[in-house]
Amino acid sequence: MTRLFTLVLIMMGSAVAFAIDQDKRFDDPELQARYEKLISEVRCLQCQNQSIKDSNVTLAADLRREIARMIEEGQTDEQIADFLVTRYGEFALYRPRTTGKTLILWIVPFALVLLGGFALFRVVRHRTSLPIDDPDGKGAA
Amino acid sequence: MNRYVLPLVAVGALLVFLVMGLRHGDPRALPSPFIGKPAPEFELPTLKNPEVTIGKDHLLGDYSIVNVWATWCVMCRQEHPFLMELSARKAIPIYGINWRDNRPEAIRWLEQLGDPYLASAYDADGRVGIDWGVYGAPETFLVDPEGTVIYKHLGPLSPQVWQREFVARMNKSEVAE
Repeated sequence: MTRLFTLVLIMMGSAVAFAIDQDKRFDDPELQARYEKLISEVRCLQCQNQSIKDSNVTLAADLRREIARMIEEGQTDEQIADFLVTRYGEFALYRPRTTGKTLILWIVPFALVLLGGFALFRVVRHRTSLPIDDPDGKGAA
Repeated sequence: MNRYVLPLVAVGALLVFLVMGLRHGDPRALPSPFIGKPAPEFELPTLKNPEVTIGKDHLLGDYSIVNVWATWCVMCRQEHPFLMELSARKAIPIYGINWRDNRPEAIRWLEQLGDPYLASAYDADGRVGIDWGVYGAPETFLVDPEGTVIYKHLGPLSPQVWQREFVARMNKSEVAE
Protein backbone atom coordinates (compact mmCIF):
# COMPACT_ATOMS: atom_id res chain seq x y z
CA MET A 1 0.00 0.00 0.00
CA THR A 2 2.74 2.41 0.96
CA ARG A 3 4.58 1.44 -2.20
CA LEU A 4 1.50 2.19 -4.31
CA PHE A 5 1.12 5.53 -2.58
CA THR A 6 4.74 6.39 -3.31
CA LEU A 7 4.27 5.39 -6.93
CA VAL A 8 1.24 7.64 -7.26
CA LEU A 9 3.18 10.49 -5.69
CA ILE A 10 6.02 10.02 -8.16
CA MET A 11 3.59 9.99 -11.07
CA MET A 12 1.93 13.17 -9.85
CA GLY A 13 5.34 14.77 -9.57
CA SER A 14 6.35 13.73 -13.06
CA ALA A 15 3.17 15.26 -14.54
CA VAL A 16 4.33 18.63 -13.25
CA ALA A 17 7.60 18.14 -15.09
CA PHE A 18 5.70 18.29 -18.38
CA ALA A 19 4.62 21.88 -17.82
CA ILE A 20 5.98 24.09 -20.58
CA ASP A 21 6.91 27.21 -18.74
CA GLN A 22 9.76 26.07 -16.53
CA ASP A 23 11.76 29.22 -16.09
CA LYS A 24 11.09 31.31 -13.06
CA ARG A 25 9.81 34.78 -13.81
CA PHE A 26 9.99 36.17 -10.33
CA ASP A 27 12.50 35.94 -7.51
CA ASP A 28 9.76 36.66 -5.00
CA PRO A 29 8.12 33.25 -4.34
CA GLU A 30 4.81 34.94 -3.59
CA LEU A 31 4.70 36.66 -6.99
CA GLN A 32 5.86 33.46 -8.69
CA ALA A 33 3.00 31.54 -7.01
CA ARG A 34 0.48 34.18 -8.15
CA TYR A 35 1.90 34.05 -11.65
CA GLU A 36 1.68 30.26 -11.84
CA LYS A 37 -1.86 30.23 -10.48
CA LEU A 38 -2.97 32.88 -12.98
CA ILE A 39 -1.51 31.22 -16.04
CA SER A 40 -3.01 27.87 -15.07
CA GLU A 41 -6.45 29.51 -15.09
CA VAL A 42 -6.25 31.12 -18.51
CA ARG A 43 -7.41 29.14 -21.50
CA CYS A 44 -5.14 28.94 -24.51
CA LEU A 45 -7.34 30.31 -27.30
CA GLN A 46 -5.33 28.74 -30.08
CA CYS A 47 -5.33 25.26 -28.59
CA GLN A 48 -8.53 25.11 -26.61
CA ASN A 49 -8.70 22.79 -23.61
CA GLN A 50 -5.20 23.64 -22.55
CA SER A 51 -4.22 26.38 -20.18
CA ILE A 52 -1.57 28.85 -21.31
CA LYS A 53 0.65 27.27 -18.67
CA ASP A 54 0.59 23.93 -20.52
CA SER A 55 0.82 25.23 -24.06
CA ASN A 56 3.85 26.31 -26.02
CA VAL A 57 2.10 27.98 -28.95
CA THR A 58 3.16 31.56 -29.56
CA LEU A 59 -0.05 33.15 -28.34
CA ALA A 60 0.22 31.33 -25.00
CA ALA A 61 3.81 32.53 -24.65
CA ASP A 62 2.70 36.10 -25.48
CA LEU A 63 -0.07 35.97 -22.90
CA ARG A 64 2.32 34.59 -20.25
CA ARG A 65 4.66 37.47 -20.99
CA GLU A 66 1.83 40.01 -20.69
CA ILE A 67 0.59 38.50 -17.42
CA ALA A 68 4.13 38.57 -16.00
CA ARG A 69 4.43 42.20 -17.06
CA MET A 70 1.15 43.13 -15.40
CA ILE A 71 2.14 41.40 -12.16
CA GLU A 72 5.40 43.34 -12.23
CA GLU A 73 3.44 46.54 -12.66
CA GLY A 74 1.55 45.65 -9.50
CA GLN A 75 -1.85 45.00 -11.07
CA THR A 76 -4.37 42.94 -9.14
CA ASP A 77 -5.66 39.54 -10.27
CA GLU A 78 -8.98 41.24 -10.96
CA GLN A 79 -7.35 43.77 -13.29
CA ILE A 80 -5.51 41.02 -15.12
CA ALA A 81 -8.72 39.04 -15.55
CA ASP A 82 -10.41 42.19 -16.91
CA PHE A 83 -7.57 42.66 -19.38
CA LEU A 84 -8.17 39.17 -20.75
CA VAL A 85 -11.96 39.33 -20.75
CA THR A 86 -12.13 42.64 -22.66
CA ARG A 87 -9.92 41.11 -25.36
CA TYR A 88 -10.95 37.49 -25.55
CA GLY A 89 -14.24 37.33 -23.70
CA GLU A 90 -15.26 35.37 -20.63
CA PHE A 91 -14.19 32.19 -22.46
CA ALA A 92 -10.54 32.95 -21.80
CA LEU A 93 -10.99 32.25 -18.11
CA TYR A 94 -11.31 28.70 -16.88
CA ARG A 95 -13.39 30.01 -14.01
CA PRO A 96 -15.76 32.55 -15.53
CA ARG A 97 -17.05 35.10 -13.09
CA THR A 98 -20.54 34.36 -11.75
CA THR A 99 -22.49 37.09 -13.45
CA GLY A 100 -25.44 37.30 -15.80
CA LYS A 101 -25.26 34.43 -18.23
CA THR A 102 -23.23 32.12 -16.01
CA LEU A 103 -25.51 32.69 -13.03
CA ILE A 104 -28.21 30.61 -14.71
CA LEU A 105 -25.81 27.64 -14.84
CA TRP A 106 -25.47 27.83 -11.09
CA ILE A 107 -29.17 28.22 -10.35
CA VAL A 108 -30.81 25.78 -12.76
CA PRO A 109 -29.44 22.51 -11.29
CA PHE A 110 -30.60 23.41 -7.79
CA ALA A 111 -33.96 24.56 -9.13
CA LEU A 112 -34.35 21.24 -10.97
CA VAL A 113 -33.51 19.23 -7.84
CA LEU A 114 -36.10 21.19 -5.86
CA LEU A 115 -38.67 20.72 -8.60
CA GLY A 116 -37.97 16.99 -8.81
CA GLY A 117 -38.17 16.64 -5.04
CA PHE A 118 -41.50 18.42 -5.01
CA ALA A 119 -42.87 16.20 -7.81
CA LEU A 120 -41.67 13.07 -5.99
CA PHE A 121 -43.31 14.28 -2.79
CA ARG A 122 -46.61 14.83 -4.63
CA VAL A 123 -46.53 11.39 -6.26
CA VAL A 124 -45.62 9.55 -3.07
CA ARG A 125 -48.28 11.33 -1.04
CA HIS A 126 -50.86 10.58 -3.71
CA ARG A 127 -49.94 6.89 -3.82
CA THR A 128 -49.97 6.49 -0.04
CA SER A 129 -53.47 7.95 0.12
CA LEU A 130 -54.83 5.31 -2.29
CA PRO A 131 -56.93 2.45 -0.88
CA ILE A 132 -54.83 -0.60 -0.07
CA ASP A 133 -56.84 -3.01 -2.21
CA ASP A 134 -57.32 -2.31 -5.83
CA PRO A 135 -60.08 -4.61 -7.06
CA ASP A 136 -59.92 -3.50 -10.72
CA GLY A 137 -56.13 -3.70 -10.80
CA LYS A 138 -56.05 -0.38 -12.59
CA GLY A 139 -53.81 1.47 -10.20
CA ALA A 140 -54.02 5.17 -9.69
CA ALA A 141 -54.74 6.26 -13.22
CA MET B 1 -51.69 8.88 -22.47
CA ASN B 2 -51.43 12.03 -20.42
CA ARG B 3 -48.52 10.70 -18.38
CA TYR B 4 -46.31 10.51 -21.47
CA VAL B 5 -46.76 14.14 -22.42
CA LEU B 6 -44.37 15.67 -19.91
CA PRO B 7 -41.43 13.29 -20.55
CA LEU B 8 -41.92 13.68 -24.31
CA VAL B 9 -41.85 17.45 -24.04
CA ALA B 10 -38.72 17.24 -21.88
CA VAL B 11 -36.91 14.93 -24.31
CA GLY B 12 -38.05 17.10 -27.22
CA ALA B 13 -36.63 20.21 -25.59
CA LEU B 14 -33.37 18.39 -24.91
CA LEU B 15 -33.16 17.33 -28.57
CA VAL B 16 -33.71 20.90 -29.72
CA PHE B 17 -30.80 22.06 -27.55
CA LEU B 18 -28.56 19.24 -28.77
CA VAL B 19 -29.28 20.01 -32.42
CA MET B 20 -28.68 23.72 -31.78
CA GLY B 21 -25.35 22.79 -30.24
CA LEU B 22 -24.39 20.73 -33.28
CA ARG B 23 -25.35 23.42 -35.75
CA HIS B 24 -23.35 26.04 -33.91
CA GLY B 25 -20.65 25.68 -36.55
CA ASP B 26 -16.93 26.09 -35.92
CA PRO B 27 -16.36 25.41 -32.21
CA ARG B 28 -13.14 27.42 -32.43
CA ALA B 29 -15.00 30.54 -33.52
CA LEU B 30 -15.61 32.63 -30.42
CA PRO B 31 -17.82 35.69 -30.30
CA SER B 32 -15.50 38.69 -30.35
CA PRO B 33 -16.02 41.00 -27.39
CA PHE B 34 -15.14 43.93 -29.68
CA ILE B 35 -18.28 43.85 -31.81
CA GLY B 36 -20.01 47.20 -31.37
CA LYS B 37 -17.04 48.60 -29.45
CA PRO B 38 -14.37 51.04 -30.60
CA ALA B 39 -11.40 49.40 -32.33
CA PRO B 40 -8.41 49.17 -29.99
CA GLU B 41 -5.84 51.95 -30.17
CA PHE B 42 -2.51 50.96 -31.68
CA GLU B 43 0.64 52.51 -33.04
CA LEU B 44 2.99 50.29 -35.01
CA PRO B 45 5.71 50.66 -37.62
CA THR B 46 4.62 49.68 -41.09
CA LEU B 47 5.96 46.49 -42.55
CA LYS B 48 7.66 48.05 -45.54
CA ASN B 49 9.06 51.10 -43.83
CA PRO B 50 9.94 50.89 -40.11
CA GLU B 51 10.27 54.69 -39.99
CA VAL B 52 6.59 55.18 -40.75
CA THR B 53 3.95 54.30 -38.17
CA ILE B 54 0.34 53.38 -38.62
CA GLY B 55 -2.42 53.67 -36.06
CA LYS B 56 -6.13 53.66 -35.49
CA ASP B 57 -6.51 57.13 -37.05
CA HIS B 58 -5.93 55.60 -40.47
CA LEU B 59 -9.09 53.52 -40.06
CA LEU B 60 -11.42 56.47 -39.52
CA GLY B 61 -13.60 58.18 -42.11
CA ASP B 62 -14.52 55.17 -44.20
CA TYR B 63 -15.40 51.53 -43.85
CA SER B 64 -12.20 49.50 -43.77
CA ILE B 65 -11.06 46.00 -43.04
CA VAL B 66 -8.15 45.01 -40.86
CA ASN B 67 -6.72 41.68 -41.93
CA VAL B 68 -4.43 39.81 -39.54
CA TRP B 69 -1.93 37.76 -41.51
CA ALA B 70 1.45 36.07 -41.37
CA THR B 71 3.67 34.14 -43.74
CA TRP B 72 3.48 31.06 -41.48
CA CYS B 73 -0.30 31.05 -41.81
CA VAL B 74 -1.47 28.55 -44.41
CA MET B 75 -5.02 29.88 -44.68
CA CYS B 76 -3.65 33.38 -45.33
CA ARG B 77 -2.14 32.11 -48.56
CA GLN B 78 -5.53 30.66 -49.45
CA GLU B 79 -7.40 33.95 -48.95
CA HIS B 80 -4.72 36.12 -50.52
CA PRO B 81 -6.07 36.05 -54.11
CA PHE B 82 -9.43 37.25 -52.86
CA LEU B 83 -7.80 40.15 -50.98
CA MET B 84 -6.02 41.02 -54.24
CA GLU B 85 -9.37 41.00 -56.01
CA LEU B 86 -10.98 43.27 -53.38
CA SER B 87 -8.10 45.70 -53.68
CA ALA B 88 -8.14 45.61 -57.49
CA ARG B 89 -11.80 46.60 -57.62
CA LYS B 90 -11.28 49.11 -54.79
CA ALA B 91 -14.08 47.51 -52.78
CA ILE B 92 -12.80 48.76 -49.42
CA PRO B 93 -9.56 50.07 -47.87
CA ILE B 94 -7.60 47.05 -46.64
CA TYR B 95 -5.13 47.34 -43.79
CA GLY B 96 -2.98 44.49 -42.59
CA ILE B 97 -1.57 43.50 -39.27
CA ASN B 98 1.44 41.33 -39.96
CA TRP B 99 1.27 39.28 -36.79
CA ARG B 100 4.32 37.70 -35.18
CA ASP B 101 6.16 37.39 -38.42
CA ASN B 102 9.58 37.94 -39.87
CA ARG B 103 9.94 41.23 -41.73
CA PRO B 104 12.06 40.12 -44.74
CA GLU B 105 9.90 37.04 -45.28
CA ALA B 106 6.69 39.07 -45.05
CA ILE B 107 8.00 41.61 -47.57
CA ARG B 108 9.01 38.80 -49.90
CA TRP B 109 5.49 37.33 -49.59
CA LEU B 110 3.97 40.63 -50.72
CA GLU B 111 6.42 40.89 -53.60
CA GLN B 112 5.63 37.39 -54.82
CA LEU B 113 1.86 37.28 -54.25
CA GLY B 114 1.02 40.96 -54.61
CA ASP B 115 0.22 43.56 -51.96
CA PRO B 116 -3.50 44.22 -51.39
CA TYR B 117 -2.86 46.37 -48.30
CA LEU B 118 -2.81 50.16 -48.13
CA ALA B 119 -0.36 49.41 -45.34
CA SER B 120 0.50 46.55 -43.06
CA ALA B 121 1.38 47.15 -39.43
CA TYR B 122 4.34 45.09 -38.28
CA ASP B 123 3.41 43.46 -34.96
CA ALA B 124 6.58 41.48 -34.26
CA ASP B 125 5.93 40.53 -30.64
CA GLY B 126 2.16 40.08 -30.91
CA ARG B 127 1.40 42.88 -28.43
CA VAL B 128 -1.13 44.60 -30.68
CA GLY B 129 -2.53 41.20 -31.67
CA ILE B 130 -3.44 40.66 -28.03
CA ASP B 131 -5.11 44.09 -27.85
CA TRP B 132 -7.24 43.11 -30.82
CA GLY B 133 -8.08 39.75 -29.25
CA VAL B 134 -6.42 37.86 -32.08
CA TYR B 135 -5.98 34.14 -31.49
CA GLY B 136 -5.61 32.60 -34.92
CA ALA B 137 -4.68 34.08 -38.27
CA PRO B 138 -6.28 34.86 -40.61
CA GLU B 139 -8.75 37.11 -38.84
CA THR B 140 -10.51 40.01 -40.50
CA PHE B 141 -12.17 42.91 -38.71
CA LEU B 142 -14.74 45.17 -40.34
CA VAL B 143 -14.45 48.70 -38.96
CA ASP B 144 -17.02 51.40 -39.63
CA PRO B 145 -16.18 55.06 -40.41
CA GLU B 146 -16.35 56.01 -36.72
CA GLY B 147 -13.79 53.36 -35.85
CA THR B 148 -16.24 50.87 -34.34
CA VAL B 149 -15.67 47.18 -34.96
CA ILE B 150 -18.85 45.82 -36.49
CA TYR B 151 -17.75 42.33 -37.45
CA LYS B 152 -14.91 39.88 -37.06
CA HIS B 153 -14.35 36.90 -39.32
CA LEU B 154 -12.20 33.99 -38.23
CA GLY B 155 -10.63 32.04 -41.10
CA PRO B 156 -10.01 32.80 -44.75
CA LEU B 157 -12.15 35.32 -46.63
CA SER B 158 -14.03 34.19 -49.71
CA PRO B 159 -16.50 35.87 -52.08
CA GLN B 160 -19.38 34.16 -50.25
CA VAL B 161 -18.24 35.29 -46.82
CA TRP B 162 -17.61 38.76 -48.20
CA GLN B 163 -21.14 39.10 -49.57
CA ARG B 164 -22.93 37.47 -46.68
CA GLU B 165 -21.08 38.93 -43.72
CA PHE B 166 -19.35 42.13 -44.82
CA VAL B 167 -21.34 43.73 -47.62
CA ALA B 168 -24.62 43.01 -45.84
CA ARG B 169 -23.39 44.71 -42.66
CA MET B 170 -22.10 47.79 -44.44
CA ASN B 171 -25.40 48.27 -46.23
CA LYS B 172 -27.38 47.75 -43.07
CA SER B 173 -25.55 50.38 -41.06
CA GLU B 174 -25.82 52.87 -43.92
CA VAL B 175 -29.58 52.47 -43.89
CA ALA B 176 -29.60 52.91 -40.13
CA GLU B 177 -27.91 56.28 -40.33
